[in-house]
Amino acid sequence: MYPYVTGTSVVALKYKDGILMAADMGGSYGSTLRYKSVERMKPIGKHSLLGASGEISDFQEILRYLDELILYDNMWDDGNSLGPKEVHNYLTRVMYNRRNKFNPLWNSLVLGGVKNGQKYLGTVSMIGVNFEDNHVATGFGNHLARPILRQEWHENLSFENGVRLLEKCMRVLLYRDRSAVNKLQIAKITEDGVTISQPYSLKTYWEFSAFENPAQGAIGSW
Amino acid sequence: MFRNQYDTDVTTWSPAGRLFQVEYAMEAVKQGSAAIGLRSKTHVVLGCVNKANSELSSHQKKIFKVDDHIGVAIAGLTADGRVLSRYMRNECINYSFTYESPLPVGRLVVQLADKAQVCTQRSWKRPYGVGLLVAGLDESGAHLYYNCPSGNYFEYQAFAIGSRSQAAKTYLERRFENFTDSSRDDLVKDAITAIRETLQGEALKSSICTIAVVGVGEPFHVLDQGTVQQIIDTFEIAAEQEDPATEPDAATGQEAATEQGTAADQGGSTDEGAAPMDI
Repeated sequence: MYPYVTGTSVVALKYKDGILMAADMGGSYGSTLRYKSVERMKPIGKHSLLGASGEISDFQEILRYLDELILYDNMWDDGNSLGPKEVHNYLTRVMYNRRNKFNPLWNSLVLGGVKNGQKYLGTVSMIGVNFEDNHVATGFGNHLARPILRQEWHENLSFENGVRLLEKCMRVLLYRDRSAVNKLQIAKITEDGVTISQPYSLKTYWEFSAFENPAQGAIGSW
Repeated sequence: MFRNQYDTDVTTWSPAGRLFQVEYAMEAVKQGSAAIGLRSKTHVVLGCVNKANSELSSHQKKIFKVDDHIGVAIAGLTADGRVLSRYMRNECINYSFTYESPLPVGRLVVQLADKAQVCTQRSWKRPYGVGLLVAGLDESGAHLYYNCPSGNYFEYQAFAIGSRSQAAKTYLERRFENFTDSSRDDLVKDAITAIRETLQGEALKSSICTIAVVGVGEPFHVLDQGTVQQIIDTFEIAAEQEDPATEPDAATGQEAATEQGTAADQGGSTDEGAAPMDI
């Protein structure tokens, strides 16, 4: 079992009014950056936002499971609704059960949301490992973005500062992750609902002197 | 109710549009010993009268904890009640496992009602002969539901089922408007008083009644006998102090002592001037 079309890191953090999440729009086919308009973050029900890295077709399958889940939840037509905590745990069960059958959904998921003023941010891996935290990331994001967030995240970030922090993480990923593409979306979820930004690009800087004459330090072959 | 040619099968309608088997099942509920429930904004209290077959046997368990936030009191065929309690416990625990969140009472009650309805539409089944008072807490507050053998369910501020439940209902009808803002302890007192109403003169002791509470910050649990007896004693003490004053004039005595419960159950047998019950 191996993935074919994959998305790379998702990064998310809690801020004052809810959750901010960022993911680029790339769908890689092995080492080819084949698809460049893949939406890897989607709203779930009224209270949650799901971001995924890994196999895109498995992400679409998960969206179908969740669609059915939310549909049945709505069909009760009572005052209750599934919040981010419930959706996260449901996904954990799904991922873990698939792993036990040796037929995993090849994704790392980030689930964020707000319900009744309570902010929630969690992650589930393809083997069913799940946890909640103030900031989470998948794939390369764990290695490159989390250290930045550990230093610079704090409670009650404003929206602008949260976005700035996420962009800083995404820029590092853009420089250093081979599967990253320079077209990303940032999503926010608050008590009022989900907003996913239009795709945009980060400014990058390549005028470092080492790039000007890359062969400078390589006199001779050995 | 009397026998007729349309009451053999649950799947046979009568010409008047009735399912007699279902109605007979509801009779079974009326014959069971009383159970009552009442709720405030934050708490729900269940109470029931415990019958024992003889002095030698133990009392029937009629109140079941279904989850930390849900409990049920039954009246009717206790065996059916146990089976349904097991179903409810299963549903709650499965939901908790999958969603790490408590099952909303409203949903459990609908599932229970749909389960009961199935038995009213299969020729090889019979309706459950038990009425359930479901008490629970969810996001939208405290709830009390009554589930019928017919598959109907209703939400209540306060309700009583089982034999002589009308006496308790009358008492609750008079007081229910105050329940929403009642404190937890007042709610328990009202529950015990309502139970006393169904006893029709029998002495109220903690050994013949069971009280359970669920509320915000208070998981569902049955109050232990000692606690219940203490509360009962506070009624009796207040009633004793009233005694000398109420003796001569039974009518005014009853009105004055309504709050704490009257001396009627002590003087009931000899005092023919007093009405049969404290009201």
